[in-house]
This record gives sequence, C-alpha cells and structure tokens, in this order.
Amino acid sequence: MFYREAGDFKVSYEEDSQTFPIKFDRYRYYFVLAFAFLVIPFTINDYWANAILLPFLIYSIAAIGLNILVGYAGQVSLGTGGFMAVGAYACYKLMTAFPEVSMFVHVLLAGGVTALVCVLFGLPSLRIKGFYLAVATLAAQFFLVWLFNRVPWFYNYSASGQINAPERDVLGIVITGPNAPAWATYLFCLIFLTICALVARNLTRGTVGRSWMAIRDMDIAAEIIGVNPLKAKLTAFAVSGFFIGVSGALFFAIYLGAVEVGEAFGITKSFLVLFMVIIGGLGSIFGSFAGAAFLVLLPVVLKVVGVDVLGWPTDIVAHFQLVIVGALIVLFLIVEPHGLAQLWRVAKEKLRLWPFPH
Amino acid sequence: MSDQFLFATEVFINGLMSGVLYALVALGFVLIYKASGIFNYAQGVMALFAAMTLVGIMEGQVPFSHIINAVFGTEVHHFGWHVPALLAILLTVGVMVIFAWLVQRIVMRHLVGQEPIILFMATIGLAYFLEGFSDLMWGSEIKTLDVGLPQGGSFWIEDMSAGLGSDNFYGFFIDNLDIVATGIAALLVTGLVLFAQYTKQGRAMRAVADDHQAALSVGISLNFIWVLVWSVAGFVALVAGIVWGTKSGVQFSLSLIALKALPVLMLGGFTSIPGAIVGGLIIGVGEKLFEFAIGPMVGGATENWFAYVLALLFLVFRPQGLFGEKIIERV
Repeated sequence: MFYREAGDFKVSYEEDSQTFPIKFDRYRYYFVLAFAFLVIPFTINDYWANAILLPFLIYSIAAIGLNILVGYAGQVSLGTGGFMAVGAYACYKLMTAFPEVSMFVHVLLAGGVTALVCVLFGLPSLRIKGFYLAVATLAAQFFLVWLFNRVPWFYNYSASGQINAPERDVLGIVITGPNAPAWATYLFCLIFLTICALVARNLTRGTVGRSWMAIRDMDIAAEIIGVNPLKAKLTAFAVSGFFIGVSGALFFAIYLGAVEVGEAFGITKSFLVLFMVIIGGLGSIFGSFAGAAFLVLLPVVLKVVGVDVLGWPTDIVAHFQLVIVGALIVLFLIVEPHGLAQLWRVAKEKLRLWPFPH
Repeated sequence: MSDQFLFATEVFINGLMSGVLYALVALGFVLIYKASGIFNYAQGVMALFAAMTLVGIMEGQVPFSHIINAVFGTEVHHFGWHVPALLAILLTVGVMVIFAWLVQRIVMRHLVGQEPIILFMATIGLAYFLEGFSDLMWGSEIKTLDVGLPQGGSFWIEDMSAGLGSDNFYGFFIDNLDIVATGIAALLVTGLVLFAQYTKQGRAMRAVADDHQAALSVGISLNFIWVLVWSVAGFVALVAGIVWGTKSGVQFSLSLIALKALPVLMLGGFTSIPGAIVGGLIIGVGEKLFEFAIGPMVGGATENWFAYVLALLFLVFRPQGLFGEKIIERV
C-alpha cells in the first residue's frame, strides 16, 4: 500500500535514475542517515562504540570492497587480511611521517596505496581463474603479512614489532589514541562508510559496474561483446583495494590503536570478511551491511548468552562460536545462497503487493 | 666435496621428505576434487579431527567432557582405560566414515549442481564447524600422539655420511619419522591406485569423476560413491594426521597444513594424483632450499609464503598446473 512505484511521478532524467526510485525507500534511507548522524553521536558511549558500532562500520567498508571484487566482478579473493594490513601500515607510515596533515588525507592515501598493491596482485587474474585465483590471492595474504613482520622500516624499527597509532586530530578534535571521544571516532568512520557506500552503489549501477557483472557472468562472452577484461578486472581490484585499504587504515588507527600484523590481519580476517559477504549476499551493497552487522553482533550475543547468562567458561563459548558460524555458513549456502540481501528483496517484493496476495 | 654442497644436499633431502608430507595432505584434496568437483578446504581440519579422535580414543577420554562438566558441574575426564593403537585407528576410521556419511547426507546432497565456488565456501564453513566441534569434543590443549612410529634423527645415516665431508660436517641429519612417512605415503598411493584400478568401487569412483550423468545412467549410485570418496579422504586425512601429529603434536596448527597443500595442488594440478606428489616434492625442496640460500638475507621465515608465490608465478605460465587437464573454455 505504501511501498510502490505507482503515483510517484518522475519528471526529469535525474529523478528517473536516482538511487532509490521508490519513495518509501528514499525516506527510509534519509531517516537512517539522519539517525546515524544526528542521534547516535549524542547517545553513544565507549562500550557501544568499541564493541559494536566501530567494528560494524569498519567491517562494512571492507565487506563492500570485497563484495565489489567477489560479488560484482566474480574474482574470488582470500587476500583481504593482507590488503587491510597494507592500508593499516600505509596509514601508519603517513601518520608518523606527516603529523600535521589531516587524518582524512592519510586514510584516503592509505586506500590509494592499497589499491595499487591490490592491482599488482590482481594482475595474475587475467590468466588464472576460479579456484586457482582464490588460492593465488593467498600468496598476497601470506607474503604481505610476512613483509610487515620482517621488514623493520614498516614498523619504524620499534622494538616490539607492533605499530601504535599516535594521537592525531581532525579540525582540532582528537580522533586517534586512547583519549579520542567515542562520538568523534564514530562520526569519522561513519563519514567514510557513507561516502564509500554511495560511491560503490553508483559505480555498480553504471558502466563500470555493468562491465564487472558481465565479466563475472562469463568473461569470454563479455570479451566478445566488447568488454575489456583487463580494464574491468583491474578496476575491480583497484576499487576493491581502495575500500579495503580504507577499512584497514580505520581498523588500525581508530579502532585498535595498536596492531600486531599476524594477529590482526591474518588469514582468519580474510575469511571473516568473505563470510560477511556470503552471509550478507554476493553482489549487494545492502548485503555487505547486513553481513557485517550479523557477524559483528553474533560473537557479542553469544558471549552475553554463553558467559553472562549460562555461566560457561569462555573457551567453550569460543568453540561454540566456531561451530555456529560454520553451521550458519553451510545453512545459508543451502537455504539461501544469495544471503540476507535476498531475504530483504523477497520482503520488498511482498511489500509491493501488500495487502493483495498476487 | 665441499661442506656447503653437502649442507645443501641435506636441505634438499629434508625438503623431499617434507614434500612427501605435503603430498600426503594434497592427496586427500585430489581424491574429493576428482570424484565430486568439490574443492575440500576442510581436509586439513579433517586431519586434525582424525588425529584428535585417535588420541581421545587411545587415552580413553570422555567426549564433550568440557561441556558436560560446565553444564552439570561434574568432574569427568577419562573412562580410565587405554585402547591399543591399532584398535584405536580402526575405531577412528569408523568415526571418519560416519563423518563422511553425515557430510554427504546433511550438506553436500543439498548442494548438488551449485557453482564450484559455492561448494568451496561450504567446505570452508564445514572446516570452521569441524574445528569448533573437535575442540568441544576433545578439548583444545596440545596432545602428544604416539602410535609406535619411530622418532628422532637416524644415527645410522648420520654415521654413514659423516665421512663425506671435512671435520665440520657431522653427516646428514634425517628424521626417522620422515623416512617412515615416505614409506607410508608410497604404500598409501599404491593402495589408492590399486583400489581405483582393480576394484568395482574404484572403477565406479573413476566413472563418477569422468561424468556424473553417464555414471548415473549406467546405474552407479552417486550418493554411495560420494560417501565412499569422503570416507577415503577421511582415511587419508587420518594418515596425514597421524604422521603430522606424531611429528609436531596434535594441536590447532595441524589444520593449517591444508594451507600448505593448496600451493602443492596448484602446482601439480587439482585433478592429478601424480601431480599432487610431484607438486609436493617441488614445493618441499623449493621452500627449504630458498630458506637455506636466500632466507637469511631477507629476514627468514620465508617458508610462510614461498610456496604460494612459486605456485602463483608458475600458474601465470601454465594455468592448469603441471599435470592438470587442459582448461578449455567455451561460451
């Protein structure tokens, strides 16, 4: 009744090609944005920021990045952890080398550096496909982590081999280090997420996105009808790398503050982000959000239920978490291979007809 | 002969031995991939699970004792008996067969006809599940596994070869376990080849690998073959688990050998048993020699990534691996 195209007349080309053509969607989107920007910063506290909101925002960026590569361009990557590490270390080097420059610039530049590295490791994708590519991206994962572990220049020759985020500010407000207020770190990440999601949404609707999807569906056929596979694959790697780099930089500088590369950006991180993309839905921006929210919330909920309510030891709860995550992945692949996003699509389809059955 | 050359030879031989161990893990992958087109990421975790089950049965551990104790407040840990190694191995094989049946019944049957990448992700999910499950079942502490395989360096070889070099050279150090493992791997491969060539089930397995539809139409039960293949892979995982578990203890890192087997597979080709062995040897020797020659210059621990980078470079020139079937793409 409320959720329909009918009666919503488009009178210009801009209106016709807008992101959310249905009025209800549009208002929902404005409402969510307003809520995120105007309500949450005033009610946020440290626990909510650190346990749920910051990881959600940062993983969402990473999931959008990986979704562009895996879901839209069909190039399966298991190197996300390594690429996030590139973002983190690029950000660290920039922060320590140019202390007076704004963090915005650092994070964006870190994304750019990661995009370059990602393109470099994406080059074999022109020859290697499918599984072989998935395993080949593991080369990036292991090599990059090893590099940041073993070459002291990357961690500024610190004795522990860790990198620590120095205190930096944006417009006079401290946003890194232990003294950063929760609302500032939250807003900083939220701004990046909003920009990234907007860019991703519009890229995937345009020429570039269509060439990605053509390559995903069948690369030889796409090549024959005139999509340049070199350009399509490498742009996918570049854009995806940029997003993943930004998320890696935020993950290090804003969220963790101190990072030991093997622990924070190991192979498990690659799988975690991949799971977010699968559970959320391949080839869907909304799915990236849903998957990130799901996998960020799941351990928190399990911990509350297992440790606080049932009183089990933490190691058993941790093992249960593995079991449940694994079972959920399998369940999702069997029941709904298109993830949470598909459920959302079905719900919207139902809403469009409501209250009529057909 | 110069000492440097002898040291390099020692590294080479040890590389061959560890290559055999990689090949052992890679074999399990190839079996399942050939028969069902599933790239089974869970193979490494299966090895861990098999080794843990073996230790658990041998020690008479109570399964799920952690949870039972946490939920009911009891203090049970062991049944108080010890099972002899051979019987325990047989029981573990039984467990792996049940596991194979469950996987086929609950997971893979519902995913027939899905894209290969979906199946791959399903096995990643399976790997997570099994990892958590085996920790819940047997506890996550490091266990030692001793089924009677010899351990330690071989003094005989060391003494025999000591005379080759100058006084600085004390002879080749070669682990007894590696030698035994090589024998086991050779036996296993021979057994598998004989099984595939000369038994009815083996032929059916190859038929399914060749063409699912055609195999179905001549009356081969796909379900049965898949259970069989997963059981055989479970058995290979058990063997790998025993060897690796004896070598470095039964612990979480055992499941990471799957990650070591991946470049082996890429190099050898996913569909070829000889490929898995040759690939394993190349990777084993390559990474040991690289660590020996170049490693000290760049900070060491190159074994973590060398195999992948080697396989990656290799694939750029030969995308289907050494022995893999030629990839023909049609629109």
